Amino acid sequence: MSQMWGIVPLPVVGHSSNRLTLLARPDWDFIAMKRYSVFAIAREAARYHTGWERAWAARAPKKKYDVIIVGAGGHGLATAYYLGRNHGIRNVAVLEKGWLGGGNTGRNTTIIRSNYLQDPSAAIYEKSRSLYETLSQDLNYNVMFSPRGVMMLAQTHHEVRGYQRTAHANALQGVATEYISPQRVKELCPIIDIDGPRYPVLGALWQPRGGTARHDAVAWGYARACSDMGMDIIQQCEVTAVRQSGSKVTGVSTTKGEIDCDKLGIVVAGHSGVLADMAGFRLPIESVALQALVSEPIKPCMDVVVMANTVHGYMSQSDKGEMVIGGGADGYNNYTQRGSFHHIEETVRALIETFPMISRLKMLRQWGGIVDMTGDRSPILSKTPLEGCFINCGWGTGGFKAIPGSGWGMAELMAKGASPLTDAFTLDRFREGRFIDESVAAGVAH
Amino acid sequence: MSTRLARDGRFLNKSKAIKFTFNGKQLRGFEGDTLASALLANGQTLVGRSFKYHRPRGVVASGAEEPNALVNLGAEGRFEPNARATTTEVFEGLKAASQNHWPSLDFDVGAINARLARFLPAGFYYKMFIHPRPFWKYIYEPFIRQSAGLGKAPKARDADTYDHFYAHVDILIIGGGVAGLAAALTAGKSGARVLVIEQTAHWGGRAPVDGGTIDGLDPDEWVKKTLQALEKMKNIILGARMMGTGIYDHGYVLGYERLTDHTPDQDGPRHRLWRIRAKQIVTATGAIERPLSFAGNDVPGVMLASAIRDYVVNYAVSPGDRTVIVTNNDDAYRTALALKDAGLEVPAVVDARPEGGGALMQQVKDRGVRVLTGKGIAGVSGGKQVQGVKICAQAGEGAVLEEIPCDAVAMSGGWSPVVHLWSHCGGKLLWDQEKAHFHPDIGRAPTGADGEPFVIPAGAANGSMSLANVLAGGVAAGQMAVERAGLKPKRIATPEGDSVTEAPMQPVWMMPQGAGVKLRNKMWLDYQNDVKVSDVQLAAQEGFESVEHTKRYTTLGMATDQGKLSNINGLAVLSNALNADIPQVGTTTFRPPYTPISMGAIAGEARAELFQPIRKTPIHEWHDDNGAYWEPVGHWRRPYCYPRDGESHADAVNREVTNTRENLGLLDASTLGKIVVKGPDAGEFLDMLYTNMISTLKPGRCRYGLMCSENGFLIDDGVVARIDDDTFLCHTTTGGADRIHAHMEEWLQTEWWDWKVWTVNLTEQYAQIAVVGPNARKVLEKLGGMDVSKDTLPFMAWADGQIGGIDVRVYRISFSGELSYEIAVRAGQGRALWDALVEAGQEFGVMPYGTEALHVMRAEKGFIMIGDETDGTVIPQDLGLHWAISKKKDDYLGKRAHERSHMVDPDRWQLVGLETIDGSVIPDGAYAVAGGTNENGQRNVQGRVTSTYYSPTLKRGIAMGLVHNGPDRMGERLEFPKIDGTSVFAKIVDPVFYDKEGAKQDV
Ligand SMILES: Cc1cc2nc3c(=O)[nH]c(=O)nc-3n(C[C@H](O)[C@H](O)[C@H](O)COP(=O)(O)OP(=O)(O)OC[C@H]3O[C@@H](n4cnc5c(N)ncnc54)[C@H](O)[C@@H]3O)c2cc1C
Repeated sequence: MSQMWGIVPLPVVGHSSNRLTLLARPDWDFIAMKRYSVFAIAREAARYHTGWERAWAARAPKKKYDVIIVGAGGHGLATAYYLGRNHGIRNVAVLEKGWLGGGNTGRNTTIIRSNYLQDPSAAIYEKSRSLYETLSQDLNYNVMFSPRGVMMLAQTHHEVRGYQRTAHANALQGVATEYISPQRVKELCPIIDIDGPRYPVLGALWQPRGGTARHDAVAWGYARACSDMGMDIIQQCEVTAVRQSGSKVTGVSTTKGEIDCDKLGIVVAGHSGVLADMAGFRLPIESVALQALVSEPIKPCMDVVVMANTVHGYMSQSDKGEMVIGGGADGYNNYTQRGSFHHIEETVRALIETFPMISRLKMLRQWGGIVDMTGDRSPILSKTPLEGCFINCGWGTGGFKAIPGSGWGMAELMAKGASPLTDAFTLDRFREGRFIDESVAAGVAH
Repeated sequence: MSTRLARDGRFLNKSKAIKFTFNGKQLRGFEGDTLASALLANGQTLVGRSFKYHRPRGVVASGAEEPNALVNLGAEGRFEPNARATTTEVFEGLKAASQNHWPSLDFDVGAINARLARFLPAGFYYKMFIHPRPFWKYIYEPFIRQSAGLGKAPKARDADTYDHFYAHVDILIIGGGVAGLAAALTAGKSGARVLVIEQTAHWGGRAPVDGGTIDGLDPDEWVKKTLQALEKMKNIILGARMMGTGIYDHGYVLGYERLTDHTPDQDGPRHRLWRIRAKQIVTATGAIERPLSFAGNDVPGVMLASAIRDYVVNYAVSPGDRTVIVTNNDDAYRTALALKDAGLEVPAVVDARPEGGGALMQQVKDRGVRVLTGKGIAGVSGGKQVQGVKICAQAGEGAVLEEIPCDAVAMSGGWSPVVHLWSHCGGKLLWDQEKAHFHPDIGRAPTGADGEPFVIPAGAANGSMSLANVLAGGVAAGQMAVERAGLKPKRIATPEGDSVTEAPMQPVWMMPQGAGVKLRNKMWLDYQNDVKVSDVQLAAQEGFESVEHTKRYTTLGMATDQGKLSNINGLAVLSNALNADIPQVGTTTFRPPYTPISMGAIAGEARAELFQPIRKTPIHEWHDDNGAYWEPVGHWRRPYCYPRDGESHADAVNREVTNTRENLGLLDASTLGKIVVKGPDAGEFLDMLYTNMISTLKPGRCRYGLMCSENGFLIDDGVVARIDDDTFLCHTTTGGADRIHAHMEEWLQTEWWDWKVWTVNLTEQYAQIAVVGPNARKVLEKLGGMDVSKDTLPFMAWADGQIGGIDVRVYRISFSGELSYEIAVRAGQGRALWDALVEAGQEFGVMPYGTEALHVMRAEKGFIMIGDETDGTVIPQDLGLHWAISKKKDDYLGKRAHERSHMVDPDRWQLVGLETIDGSVIPDGAYAVAGGTNENGQRNVQGRVTSTYYSPTLKRGIAMGLVHNGPDRMGERLEFPKIDGTSVFAKIVDPVFYDKEGAKQDV
């Protein structure tokens, strides 16, 4: 029997019927993706790399899946990955309207930290950070997690108290952070001007195992691992409607036809409101542009990530040598992925104050992404009024760092109906007034 | 080797020699040289190393598109990394050094990467360095970082200044080539206000080098004549050395003017960022030549054909004695002619087209140059300098037919219009199959707020490749811009362009067409980032099919030139690999800036003292003179305390508290927000804004009020005084003044726009001084002028009058628990009143006190502080402020939120006092633990400290905190773990530590 060998013929779907093919789809357990390693590289070099396989398969959608995830950003892919890895649910499709990782996952400034104030936040971000520690090995894909340390500068007395509070909270949450002196700030990051003149550095909250990772690699690594488990990642496939029967989800309509599912996970960041509308409920989310920029690459001069929230800017140096810079979000709702230039001015001005040397560097490129902001600046990982439909959104300006943890929690929520990592982040909380406000500790969340 | 020619160059002033250094070596150039032309003139073909493989790199281009010739420029406060030699004008004493090599440009250890290139294809780092885990952070990453990066990091503080300019014009023309000039002339004649900007120091663009005639004149002549005409028009501003950086929404454009880069000793700003608002924008930004992808196309000496022409004609530089030309179009033949005119050898023109070219080819043949048609280049010999090329059939796989010795190669793969600015704000592109390039799709231009198009492409930027079309396009664009700007166009005669008719080009994306993997592995697409044809093909093979994926996987087009030379070539290779059409694959997004701009220019003047204004109260100087230790509060500076000789800050605070409680303290409270709310509906408005009832307040009286957000959280507090029936003065916190004013306006403008209410923020119009302590009344009585007795001016009343001859408004309010008067005066009188109080107060033991003493005293009294007791999650009910929430009102901001289930949950954390068992001070921000851990392994907590101080009055640590069901748990002991692992224990007590009855303030 074909099943026994895990060979099932590819179903013919929608308009792609000319794909009536004899393509076999081997069962997940039998796929042996070529592992990446230095030896594999050496082997391939001998034949000019003509032997590398696709990182993820290109398949047409099946008629039905156990689970459909909408959105192949980091969060959607990680959700799919942990559904397979932790819960054995592998009949999964991830549908992406553009190219995978092309949303905010591929546009962010890649800061990873977990020194959050509120317990539920610290729990999910620290879970995430700890998963990042071994992600390259878990995925067999170098995501370049670089725990170089993140410091958040305190430049007013109010911020000093805020970060001291966070340090206390973190100690009880099992998050390793430390409140450090201006001198230590200078030692860790010699290019900072700690003496002001406008906002002298009074101290900083330091998380030595925070850092950065390569954003594209996170998406690609998860995608490859999902594909390897037999999941279908379907790009250029926009979901245009959510289908339901009674109060239960039955599938979606897409630009590649109708696809059925038992459970649906909506993980589309800035477009969450649009998808929620399709599913028949509303979200307390506003979508605004957040911008970032990079300088031209220079030789290494900054080994840590620095965030200066009073002046509204943050900076790190990428492995390529570019200074990666971000600031505040636009004040009006939009979908253009551009943003207004005055934000760039404000951010650069603030950072020249903090790092005078960047004045002589040049801005190479600026861009924007649409971030999904909730009222309390915390995410939503939740069941929805539509049975079988789950939503993961609201990561706003700071969800890159959360990708593995969010995927872990979301997968558990979708598989089991609840997860300690996500329990506090329900949609109900806005009705109940049970906010999880992180802006509290003088922090902007990135 | 490259060298200087004896002839003149268009841009050169040969009578003025200039000395500069490269890698410490003294070299000579002429006025008008760029650093690139001067280096070439000195035989310096090797100018840098590439990013990944550290391959030797030479100049390839002559303008903004240059990917290779980047240098560390200048020194100290004038140091700049990654300066593009092709756009750097030389000046006396210029110092440049090559980048990205160790120990030297000639011998670079990093070049080992080039030997390993086969092991380092696109994306290799995603597949390697995975094990062992700690190696990434400690070994691999530091190594990669060290070999990456290009220029050095600047060290010294920037010695230059920068500024911003604003320009509002009808029409902005970007690009000063002949298309831009024709557009300017047309627009100018119509009377429109026009700004024309050109990134280089020279007007006229390519036409003068490329030849032909305009109105029968040599293009140079025509440009000169047109410039003269334009300069005479008062409605036209010409800006050279100014680049159009980016086009943003609604016709907002940034211009980047480089004022002193070429004359660093000149005074004034180095760069100026122009913020331009234009009704219409003409992008006459020209076109950029594409390289050809053949093996060895990155060897120094291989250059763009047009660049070679530029160096010969404009700078009198010979790129080499023998230049082979390789092309797929007619234009490159112009380079052959230019070289021949300069007396240089052109051993062959290798034309990939089987039939070759048209009239230009004939001219070249007539000059005795050998033309090989249907041929390509199979390889380049030479390492740091071209030594020869191997010729093959373009149609084949690269079998070498012959080898031609040469020391330069001029390549041309066709031209790509510069569509960046057009695209920044959403302009769409069309693929022109014949010319093999993207050009603007006029039908889908960027649109402004009114939905109408506001960008018009012209000339080569619009895909026009003949002089006649370029000029006609310029005039048409000028006319269209005038019309669209709502003005009347004046017809002008279109300048007549005449140039040689060209035979069609033929797209060549790989040379030879059937090249095997070995050759493809040596064909560079992106010279700076070392991306080769084989890399793009590998990306496609591995499923990175979207252009964005390919770009990110290979880093194609992500270098400092942002792919000006490589993007289209890479795209073509990708679409071939995917078996798709080029337009189907599409381009990556064009993002500003067009070329990199300095961070200094972006920041402008606002640096150091000017970074953000420091707001100063009228009494600021006195504080400064009297040793205030400052605390930044928003944009204000407030005295934290006034330490005396030998006193610590803590000592000073204790002294100030004690003195205020026992004698007399003065606080500069001028920073408190003061917002006047006026109008017939003012009372109703404030009833909506505050949780308490304000409309019932009597004129002459004050009331403490609370403001909540829509979500019910406490956002500000302060005393409201009713001035008369229609007028209220709302005090806000210092940090809240601007925010609350905006909050009021937002509600007025969006929700209650029909209410008759006006608000004015008068914070800076008044100075305000708190006169506090048992002797407060005495000092005021001594100064005299008004009755400040309890009967006339009781607690929570206010009155206008005079004190010491100064007009004042006195509020009897207290934030310290002492007898207290807050006296407001016109800002200009603030210092006089302060001085009078200080002098008169001597006999009563007067001392100023700062913000910290203020905090300690309010904490002793159990008064909450916005930002300490509140943090955006706290509702008034948590703070025991039920009394300040009106039960009678139908509505107020936050009322509905206060009814939500979580808000009325009896189990909330609530305000209490905390008294440490051992008298010590609980650390700021400490949490009270409960037993055990939660499901996520975090310690359970049951409360936290919100304010914690040493109380000099009680001589012990006191604190306020929010504790789970706190008020019901008086006397219970809580444990607060400290960071050092020890704990401090505290008892839950009433939050009012001092004068519970309020007897001291109400006297
Ligand atoms: C400039 C910037 C800087 C940032 N910096 C940081 C930082 O330093 N650290 C940090 O932690 N976070 C940062 N963030 C935030 C972070 O990028 C996001 O929170 C995170 O990437 C969100 O991931 P996601 O998977 O939820 O969304 P996305 O990556 O946006 O993925 C959503 C996907 O859904 C797809 N989609 C949408 N609609 C449909 C549909 N109808 N059908 C199918 N697919 C659809 C989209 O195409 C997209 O690919 C930053 C964000 C920006 C914009």
